[in-house]
Amino acid sequence: MDKPVNNRAWWLVAPVFAIVAFSAIIPIMTVVNYSVQDTFGNNQFFWNGLGWFQELLDPSTELGGRFFDALWRNLLFSGIILAIQVPLGILVALSMPRDGWRVAATLVLMALPLLIPWNVVGTIWQVFARADIGLLGYGLNALGIPYNYTGDTLSAWITIVVMDVWHWTSLVALLCYAGLKSIPDAYYQAARIDGASRWAVFTTIQLPKMKRVLLIAVLLRFMDSFMIYTEPFVLTGGGPGNATTFLSIDLVKLALGQFDLGKAAAMSLVYNLIVLALCWVFYTVMTHSGSERPEQGSAA
Amino acid sequence: MDDFNARLSENLAWMAWTWQTGLFFACIASLLIVFTLLALWRPERARVGILRIPTTRGDRLFITLLGSAFINLAWLGLVGPNLGWALALSLVYALAVFRLV
Repeated sequence: MDKPVNNRAWWLVAPVFAIVAFSAIIPIMTVVNYSVQDTFGNNQFFWNGLGWFQELLDPSTELGGRFFDALWRNLLFSGIILAIQVPLGILVALSMPRDGWRVAATLVLMALPLLIPWNVVGTIWQVFARADIGLLGYGLNALGIPYNYTGDTLSAWITIVVMDVWHWTSLVALLCYAGLKSIPDAYYQAARIDGASRWAVFTTIQLPKMKRVLLIAVLLRFMDSFMIYTEPFVLTGGGPGNATTFLSIDLVKLALGQFDLGKAAAMSLVYNLIVLALCWVFYTVMTHSGSERPEQGSAA
Repeated sequence: MDDFNARLSENLAWMAWTWQTGLFFACIASLLIVFTLLALWRPERARVGILRIPTTRGDRLFITLLGSAFINLAWLGLVGPNLGWALALSLVYALAVFRLV
């Protein structure tokens, strides 16, 4: 039964391993190394042990306070955009045309926001939402709705959430559309014969068939929003105050703005561990979601 | 050779390496090497444990290392900077993962 596996092909991975060593492994080792030291510039380092980590994990300190603030802020942001983009993406996918020339037209239109560079997306919305010259900002204020994303926290959050929804909902929609396309017509015919309602067709045929792509969409959107940097950096720069300072923005402020390499290294390691754990959970769920039946014999 | 040693120490100083970081990565590297050799000697076979997912020996090592990192961080945040007991707890966790998961 068990075929012997030839492991010699692993040698072909050696060049990639060498590149990854220089582009990822040694840099991450450097980060670990910095996280236990302090520097005042001039390339002089002092041993600090676990001090930065202790400070980082204690919300009463300055470093810990800003880390946990940014973490909760970032989780809230990810939660909000997932709660909007996933249902909206499904809805868009369901209302996309199935055949004819309109399919191509819709696909191109849907893909457009995904093709725009992220800093350009930020700039577009930065100008669009400005209260003095932007169409959106000026229009809202003219209607008597107080709106100013540079001074008002709620305005800033709404702008960033709307921008992200505008930018990324089409990704969810396109993934769901691909899932919907893979459902054979026979399923719909059977449902029609049974006299199933539109809702029943959605919950018993379309949603289960979309489960896999939806998981991928949730994974991609969560990771992207958890690591979001460019768009809020261009739009609000983390402000007003620290209201939209997400984890990566805070990290850059700490590392490059204040040049606190030790603190920044400790923060990025904890950030990295959270991302790694979440990725593992998502990956495991994704790769095993199709095989829920217990495997006979292998458990014994 | 002297030239090489001088340049090596210069570069180590430039990147501010410490022996503690070196020890940390030496431990992880030797774990990976041991598990690679073990996998060559006794090929890995996936089995299903309490997580209800098939895991190989390498998967369990990954779960152990990641979980241990969080155990140590939690200990640092909730108890204190003395990580001896956290390491002991990680070992217990590692045993549990390798037996049960």
